Amino acid sequence: MRRGILLPTFAVLGFVFLYAPILSLIIFSFNESQLVTVWGGFSTKWYGELLRDPQILGAAWISLQVAAVSATVAVAFGTLAAFVLARFGPFRGRAMLTGMATAPLVMPEVITGLSLLLLFVSLEQIIGWPAGRGMLTIIIAHVTFCMAFVVVVVQSRLSGMDLDIEEAAMDLGARPVRVFFDITLPVIAPALVAGWLLAFTLSLDDLVVASFVTGPGASTLPMVIFSKVRLGVSPDINALATIIIAIVAIGVGIAMWLMRRGARRD
Amino acid sequence: MSVIESFPPFRWTARFLGWFGIDGRALVVAIPFLWLLVFFLVPFLVVAKISVSEPAIAMPPYTPIISWDGLYATINLSFENYAFLLTDPLYVNAYVFSIRVAFTSAVLALLVGYPIAYYIARSPEPKRSLLLMLVILPFWTSFLLRVYAWQGFLRSNGVINNFLIWTGVIDTPIQMLQTDFAVYLGIVYTYLPFMILPLYANLVKLDESLLEASADLGARPVSTFFNVTLPLSMPGVIAGFMLVFVPAIGEFVIPELLGGPDTLMIGKVLWNEFFQNRDWPVASAVAIAMLVVLVVPIMILRRAEQRAADAT
Repeated sequence: MRRGILLPTFAVLGFVFLYAPILSLIIFSFNESQLVTVWGGFSTKWYGELLRDPQILGAAWISLQVAAVSATVAVAFGTLAAFVLARFGPFRGRAMLTGMATAPLVMPEVITGLSLLLLFVSLEQIIGWPAGRGMLTIIIAHVTFCMAFVVVVVQSRLSGMDLDIEEAAMDLGARPVRVFFDITLPVIAPALVAGWLLAFTLSLDDLVVASFVTGPGASTLPMVIFSKVRLGVSPDINALATIIIAIVAIGVGIAMWLMRRGARRD
Repeated sequence: MSVIESFPPFRWTARFLGWFGIDGRALVVAIPFLWLLVFFLVPFLVVAKISVSEPAIAMPPYTPIISWDGLYATINLSFENYAFLLTDPLYVNAYVFSIRVAFTSAVLALLVGYPIAYYIARSPEPKRSLLLMLVILPFWTSFLLRVYAWQGFLRSNGVINNFLIWTGVIDTPIQMLQTDFAVYLGIVYTYLPFMILPLYANLVKLDESLLEASADLGARPVSTFFNVTLPLSMPGVIAGFMLVFVPAIGEFVIPELLGGPDTLMIGKVLWNEFFQNRDWPVASAVAIAMLVVLVVPIMILRRAEQRAADAT
């Protein structure tokens, strides 16, 4: 196939477009000056300021807890849903489950947030639960929309999996539950890890849904960032962004290295 | 022995449920089904209910639609909120504007994303994984912070204006932040991975021998692209378009942080109605109307996806 210069140029420009803003965030996080876009010399003072800010640290801790719990529950329920959709064949309510499991993927966040808040308020009126809103209601909301992403990831792994080993185990007399835990689960484990990380990231990242369903005292990290950014320039947010980018880059680097090692072993 | 059977309480529970005709299979279906029913489907019914009630100064701030009068129940359905949406041009304009912004952004994302996806799909293996990772990497970092990064780029004393003034292209900064341009840019930027990934997944399966055959038959690269590559990649194009267009309609963060005061996208209108005006019934009516607006393009895209899948 003939290959011109046009395509690579376009691709390179595309990657510049993707990375230039991120790069500028990192550079200006080391800026001495209060103005985020005017260089005033190298400094790490915004990192110090960030680590002394109790509001940010508290919100980060809440966000991490919410994300860890939400991701774990979302993986458990999402795997069940994916398994049902991939293995159970036709059953009543299948179309409905498919719809409910995948619709959150494209549902605008404002609608998800508003509808869950109104549900929580109504439930509290009728049965008294959940009493007030806070971390629990954020976790429920995050499980619901993260599940959809887990279903997609796990279902594609399940349908790409060799059915013969499951059948062989069943022919040898293993009950379905045992087949699932001894055969299916180890095979789809990488998809579960991927699904968990995806759910964790989405939960950690969510501003809109959490803003709707939260209550007094439970501000997540995106909410604090948003209120700071809306008030204007805040260089410590650049430092925070740099830390997040560094963690993500290291995590992705390790994942790639593990994957390459795994691929070589296969 | 399986995990469940080896632990007596689990065994007993399983047997107890079995009396009611509930076996393990039903239970496995029931858990995710009930969760999604209660926390995904029922909430929409609640929104629909509140959208036909009237605002009240109370907590929660709306009137009940069913009131008991000793013996009789009266149902008060008020469609005033919907009438209000139709009569106040603010809402209709916001819907139309949101659809326009989302559509244009999706088209732009397609134009930017397609060459990148194509380039990655045609790259040799170690490079391909690396490039794919580079596309996904920004997605793993905070969405909010990526939008914030563009603020720093676009503001009057931002990176772009400073650069243009330094090179002498312009004398006075161009107003870029708080414009519709910034909103388009922000949506294309943050949603680009959602466009590239389905396109890549499709293009990587493309059989190169078809392209060679087309070239051997004398077709120029451009004509091969429009007659072979593009039609075959339609499922990826539609999937990517849907993943950008549909969520972008209800976008709140991008118009709030990059757009101007008159960039009224419907997600922002809903947010303000709820958080500033505290008018829950109108906010609910906005949400229901947004769902109705969304259903049509989703149906069209689903059908197109089906047709594209059948054709290939």
